[in-house]
This record gives sequence, structure tokens and C-alpha cells, in this order.
Amino acid sequence: MAWFKRDKAPMAVKDEKKVKVPEGLWTKCPSCGESLITKDLEANLNVCPKCGHHFRISARRRIDLLLDAGSFSEYDAGMVSVDFLDFKDSKSYQSRIDAAVAKGGSKDAIICGSGEMEGLKVQLAVFDFSFMGGSMGSVVGEKITRAIERGLEEGTPVIVVSASGGARMQESILSLMQMAKTSAALAKLKAKGLPFISILTDPTTGGVTASFAMLGDLNIAEPKALIGFAGPRVIEQTIRAKLPEGFQRAEYLLEHGMLDMIVERSEMKATLHRVLTMLCRVAA
Amino acid sequence: MANQVYMDFEKPLMELEKKIEELAELSREMDLSKEIAKLEKRAEEMRSEIFSNLSRWQTAQIARHINRPFTLDYLKLIFTDFTELHGDRLFGDDHAIVGGLARLDGEAVMVIGHQKGRDTKEKVFRNFGMPNPEGYRKALRLMLMAQQFGLPIITFVDTPGAFPGIGAEERGQAEAIARNLREMAGLTVPIIVVITGEGGSGGALAIAVGDRVLMLEHSVYAVISPEGCAAILWSDGTKGAQAAEALKPTAKDIRELDVIDEILPEPLGGAHRDHEAMAKTLHEALSRNLKELKGKSGEQLVEERYQKFRKMSRFVE
Repeated sequence: MAWFKRDKAPMAVKDEKKVKVPEGLWTKCPSCGESLITKDLEANLNVCPKCGHHFRISARRRIDLLLDAGSFSEYDAGMVSVDFLDFKDSKSYQSRIDAAVAKGGSKDAIICGSGEMEGLKVQLAVFDFSFMGGSMGSVVGEKITRAIERGLEEGTPVIVVSASGGARMQESILSLMQMAKTSAALAKLKAKGLPFISILTDPTTGGVTASFAMLGDLNIAEPKALIGFAGPRVIEQTIRAKLPEGFQRAEYLLEHGMLDMIVERSEMKATLHRVLTMLCRVAA
Repeated sequence: MANQVYMDFEKPLMELEKKIEELAELSREMDLSKEIAKLEKRAEEMRSEIFSNLSRWQTAQIARHINRPFTLDYLKLIFTDFTELHGDRLFGDDHAIVGGLARLDGEAVMVIGHQKGRDTKEKVFRNFGMPNPEGYRKALRLMLMAQQFGLPIITFVDTPGAFPGIGAEERGQAEAIARNLREMAGLTVPIIVVITGEGGSGGALAIAVGDRVLMLEHSVYAVISPEGCAAILWSDGTKGAQAAEALKPTAKDIRELDVIDEILPEPLGGAHRDHEAMAKTLHEALSRNLKELKGKSGEQLVEERYQKFRKMSRFVE
């Protein structure tokens, strides 16, 4: 209830007198509420300079941050999903695929390729959360599996950066099978003694967590990333109780032994390079 | 069958079967065999009509039927010398997954399966067949033991899904499921998986990576339960019927996508109507598949299993 009531109508502000703020000039930090100049935020790797909140970033930007400039060569860029079940909810799966592709980013929820990290060759797969919530269907599973198989062929480490709501419901049983397929490929990588690093970013849930994302020789998360299997809402409804503070956040998982470490975005590349050279027994 | 639990769509059948029972009672005093035979014939027709035109949602109801045979029922009917083994050696013993040594046709095997309860007390004890991380870890421990002693593995899948609880998350259910997927891919002994009831998401898949995956005719297998799917897509968990149609989770649907190898026919009216008949069909299928797999080397099993799951996808490039 308002303490003061406005009796008169608010003063009309003439349109031309309004200060025109170009769209996207400012970004509000969802964590601390600070208004940030978007350009400055981007220069700070999309991390809030005030509270350290890690904003979600695009797959392309992530690749730029992790690999040496110009070293990335993308594989399987043309692979697209098909609506083989003729799946319909309020819209058909096909129309959702088309709409996501039309946004002009990637053709599905992951970008894969090889590149160099301070000169060390790696296979890198990065989820694109803006494409249908980073959900994993046949294309995502296939591209990750191929990235692992390339790692096997070339004897290089494999890194997957996850940001995903989980398995893609619209592909029903086949999306579930991507969990088995990718994990089976990791069994081969492990048998061959090649490192697999899983980087979990906000959010990593469902079938992605319950397959390759938890199978890293090292599991590394970004600060405060939501990581879990069941969604917090589902758990709350099932147990009819409030969830503990910080539940399913990276810090909580670290405390429960599920992660090796939490690494800030600005330190990620250096950290990865440091551990990979040791695992691959490359001289420092 | 006495104490028959009917599903909604069986209502006309229920009325008819009740009438037959009443007549059977009366026939102690007079000869009603003609009438009874007539009604029996009608009931038989009705049964085959209902069960040959099931909707996907109706199939899901059968898959969840309270009297559907569960893992321990099959263990009694198909195997001998079952010796249950408990615990994950890490935290506890999960009652939603049972496992142990048993003999199939006289030969030792490792049997692992989800277990549901029938009465309220047992349902709670079995956590409605929803495993905690300890269940997957116990299953893995037993599978590795099977590998150590060269025993084939048989798993029965029947779960609504992983348990969405705080403890399950804290103790890493995602990691437990993921580890099973990776480890099962590399096991050097034969693995036969049977989807017997509900194949619910990651909680099902965690014991379902095998050389052969069989599915009972009226069981279902999907990435999410129809209700869960409906809750996400329409924010309405009651639209399960609609979601079931969209998810295409029946044995026939799954077979078309080459995710399973074989559909095992159920007795008319569903496996719950005749446990023995269902067990007989299942027994035959297990024996036959195991015989085929036993000639293969560990290396061959692992590579063929890899290729089997490797192919499971649909896309264009």
C-alpha cells in the first residue's frame, strides 16, 4: 500500500523531451541490481565488476575466450535436427527448430571444433543455451560423440562446456539415448588415457548432467552456476518443502564433492592449460 | 482372476466379467453353462478389441498396473537360487533397485532390477521404484562383480524415474547415473536389458545399456514421464494423455527407431493377468538371447554394444 497518494494525474512528458537511451546500452545485473554499461560488461568477460556475477555468454564468445585467436576450426556446422516424431505441443518441433535456426546463431545447440589453447591442441564442444535452452537431441549427442572420436583419433584432450536444460523432450527416446552414446564414447577416451574436461556453466541440468557433464576427469564449474539433475521446482513439488540456501549451485556441489573446482571466467583458459599440460605430460 | 484391478478403459469388460462371476456363483444351483460360455466369448472379443486398439496413454496405464509382475516376481518365476546382495559399499542400500546372484537354466547370472511395491507399506519401502544414487551404485558394484567372475548380466527396468529429492542431488545422482552409462558401455560380459514396465528417463537408462534391449508389449520407455512432459510443455501435469501421444513411448514406437531389439508379446489383457504366461515368454527370450551372446568375446561385445548405441540418432547434414 502506498503511503502517499497522487491526487493529480502525472505530468505528461512530451516524447521529444525524453532522453533516448539506445537499446542495450545498459544491462542490469540480476544478482546485485547494479546498472552496468553493456560495453564495459562485455570488456569484463560478461562478469559483473561489482558482485562477480557470471552472465551467460554465447558459444562463439566462449570459444574466443578459451582458444588462441584464429586457431578454431569448426566441425559438423551443417548438421541440423529433424522432427522425426512429428512432435507437437503448442507448436511443432519443426517450427521450433526453424525459429531457432532463423535467429542466425548456430544450427543447433552446440558448436564443435578443434583449436589451440596456448599452443596445445584440443577438441572443444560448447553449448549454445540460446538454441532451445541448450537441449540435447540427436545433433548435440552426435556432435559431442564425434568430438570425442576426433580426440581419440588425434590423441588430443576433449573439453565440453555445458549450458543446457537437459535432454530435448521433442526427440523423446532418442534424446535419452544420446546420454548413453556420449558416455560410451567417453569410456573409449578413458581407456585410451586421454583427458576429458567438463566445464559446467549456468545452467547445467537433466540428462546433460547425468551423462558426460559429470564424467570429466576434472569437473570445473563457473561461480554460482546452477547444476543438478532434477529441476529445483520438481524437487520442491515432490518433497513439499523449501530447498536449502544455495541448493544446486556450484559452491554447493563443490562442498558435496561433485566438482574439482570453481574457476572464474577470467582464469578458465589459464587453468585449463595448466592442468592439461600436466595431464598430457607436456613440459611447462 | 479374483481381485482384478481394472483400468478406466476396461470398464465395459469389468461389467461383463463381474456378470460372468455372478453367473458362475448361480450355476451351483442351475445349469448356466451355455449363458456363461456366451458371455465368455463376448468378453474374449471385447478384450482383444480393447487391447488391439490401445492409446499410448492406456498403454502407460498398463505399464504401471499395480499387479504387473515386478523384478522379484520374475526372479521367482524364471530363476533359481536367487541370492539377493545388498548395498553400494559407500552410503546405503537402496530398496528401489534389487540385485543378486541367480541361476538361469542352471547357469549363474547377475540379475538387477527396479522394484516397486504393491501395498502402501511396500510402496513406501521401495520408494515407488524411484532409485536414489545408492541404487545405481549398488547396481554398478554388482555389474563389476559379474564382470570379475565372468557372469552375464540381466537387468529389468521398471521405474517412473530417478527420485527428485534433496539427498539424491546432494549425493550426486547425476554422477551415479552417468558413471553407470560409461561403465556399462565397457563391460566385457553379456548384458541383456528388459524394459518390463515403465522405462522412465535417466533412472531407467542407468541400468539399460546392453547388448540386447527387449521390451514387453505394453511397457513404455521415454525421456520423461507423460505427466512431467505435460507439466513442462503445458504447465499442466494432468495432460498426460496428450503428452503420451507426443512422446511416442510404446514398444512399437521405440522399435521403429531401432532402440530396442525385440518386443515380447504379453498375455491378452496385459502381463498382470497372467504372471506365469508372461514369465514363460520372457524366460524363452532370455535363454535364446543369452545363447547368442555367449559365443562372443568381451572385446567383441564391447565394440558391438558401442556401435549399437552409436547409431541411435536422427539428423540431417
